[in-house]
Amino acid sequence: MSQLKSKRNYLLIAVAAVFAYFYHKDGAVTTSVVSTAISFGLPLALAAMVGIMCERTGIVNIGIEGTMLISAFAAFFVASTVKSIIIGLIAAIVVGMLAGFLLALMAVSWRMDQIIAGTIINILATGLTSFLFKQGHTLPSAMPEIDIPVLQNIPFFGPVLFMHGPITYFGLIFIVFLWVALFHTVWGLRTRAVGEHPGSADTAGVSVLRLRYLNVTLAGAVGGIAGAFLSLELVGSFERGFTAGKGFTALALMIFGRWNPLGALAAAMFFGIAQAVTNQLMIDQVVNIPQQFVNMLPYVMTILVLAFAAGKVRPPAAEGQPYEKEQA
Amino acid sequence: MSVNTEKKSAVLKERRTFDVGSWLIPFVAVLVAMFIAAVLMYLQGASPLTAYTSLLKSAFGSAPGIGKTLGKATPLVLSGLAVTIGLRAGLFNIGAQGQLISGALASAWAGYAIHGLPMAIHLPLALLIGAFFGSLTGLIAGALKAYRGIHEVISTIMLNSIVISLVDYLASGPFKEHGQPLTRTAPVLKSALVPKFFGLPLGFFIALALSYAVWWVFRRTTSGFRLETVGRNKNAAWYAGINVKRSILIAMAVGGAVAGLGGAVETLGITGRFEPAFNAGLGFDGITIALLGRANPLGIIPGAILIGGMRAGAASMQFDAGVAPEIVDLLMALILFFVSAPLLTRWLRRGKGAASSVTGGWGS
Repeated sequence: MSQLKSKRNYLLIAVAAVFAYFYHKDGAVTTSVVSTAISFGLPLALAAMVGIMCERTGIVNIGIEGTMLISAFAAFFVASTVKSIIIGLIAAIVVGMLAGFLLALMAVSWRMDQIIAGTIINILATGLTSFLFKQGHTLPSAMPEIDIPVLQNIPFFGPVLFMHGPITYFGLIFIVFLWVALFHTVWGLRTRAVGEHPGSADTAGVSVLRLRYLNVTLAGAVGGIAGAFLSLELVGSFERGFTAGKGFTALALMIFGRWNPLGALAAAMFFGIAQAVTNQLMIDQVVNIPQQFVNMLPYVMTILVLAFAAGKVRPPAAEGQPYEKEQA
Repeated sequence: MSVNTEKKSAVLKERRTFDVGSWLIPFVAVLVAMFIAAVLMYLQGASPLTAYTSLLKSAFGSAPGIGKTLGKATPLVLSGLAVTIGLRAGLFNIGAQGQLISGALASAWAGYAIHGLPMAIHLPLALLIGAFFGSLTGLIAGALKAYRGIHEVISTIMLNSIVISLVDYLASGPFKEHGQPLTRTAPVLKSALVPKFFGLPLGFFIALALSYAVWWVFRRTTSGFRLETVGRNKNAAWYAGINVKRSILIAMAVGGAVAGLGGAVETLGITGRFEPAFNAGLGFDGITIALLGRANPLGIIPGAILIGGMRAGAASMQFDAGVAPEIVDLLMALILFFVSAPLLTRWLRRGKGAASSVTGGWGS
């Protein structure tokens, strides 16, 4: 453990040194690359939070992809129809919660195989969005960028951290909040207990099924916000198959981050940096590789990350198993 | 643990015995899904009756229509079979898509680039090359699972995206037809085209024969029994001396080969060349078909024909009733939901519904 931690610290110092060097050479470009990295990494990080909230209570959520897809769709189409970004965001949250509730229904109450339950959500979301999708919608306005006064003037960190859209701020704060909640509150303790040993938690008076419903549905809301971020804040439009596997990558980040919100956030930001740097290299024509190989990068990285994490991480013990109260 | 095992054996019993319930559930699931889709069509201002009549007529109402339906059903049978082989061995192979596309491009290349062979050699060779590359794609996921413990659902989805990008690169670069603006390969030579058999695509019969072969292997051979034992209980299989890693590799390789063959048959029999967009979604239909057929290699055939018919008739449905062809995607999703959710089982049997159990957590 401690050996791993020191390895991680060395890695962090190395990354910081590399960025300091590039910032010294070209401040504007480095700042924009890191700022873009946060925008690329955030939806992955939020999606990983969905996974963490579910799996810490023992529910595997493979339907994150579908939850994000259908929420991104709802956000974009509601916002463009009623001409209000805020109502679009609310629609995404509601739709995300519905998707989460559906997963809870299948996984908790019907005790279905959780992998199949999640796949159903993915296929339902793909089917619904491609059927309802219509070309020619546009957003009433772009999501406004909020520049935080004073803080934005800090060199490098100002533009990188304090000149983003509202969902980015919310997301970053939420991830820290989730970390605190998971490890320092009663809810967190109960959640982890249910994920590790539901029988004991039940004996101690925690309602396993109710907590699982609550967490999976709330996680759906987070997935909804991640979807809304994609269609409203990051891209400003919607296409079929819009989420492009981000929900699955997020699961890999969750595993790599050891089901810890901050760990998953770090992993997601690593992905964001890799993509932002590649984009910049392509723009500057430093490297000339076909676009298709650039597109492959996050998928190849996902597999590599999982292969690397294999055997070193341990998922919550009760994961994937439906809970049944023992008959007295 | 014992609850889980009990449930698994209940599922297996359910698969083996073909009581009324097991045939009624897919049937009712399809009807309920079609009803919900009808309501959605109605809400969109289209006539569901016109839509379904037009769908049925164009898919099953004439000899060319049936030919088209069976042509569409062929890759569906094969991708359904790929998912089924995985399910039987306890793996959820949702990468039939990527395996199928690898097979499609590889067979197209073999079809246009290899010259001067008689059909009796060229066609089987092109089909085999397709199956080989499908198998390779499946095997990557199998190896990642067996040696690194990476869950096949994530690795196969990632491989799908990787294959789609790779194939797009190849079809727009090295394998591109000369002097054409479109992203596609040159047409397949005549000697590699799958012929028609009295107006019906021969590929469909290959798919049927293969389904029967897989059914026979699982029913009658030790290798099939080994795979199924691993699927039922990995620990028990290990104690019994079965090489679990090898079984995972075999199931993914064979499943990938079958899906790759599906891509090859589609390329050499229907499209005649490779175009990146032609088979979007085919592999995902395989999941619905496998679960609709209750993971039985023969049981998947009716579902594949039904969904093939929907795909074949979607265009005329759009023409006659103004319903977007994407309704088929939605229908597929609804069918999948109703056939796997134990809702119907409970309602039809008034007993405890047992959902098919496939996988546990990430590590297992």
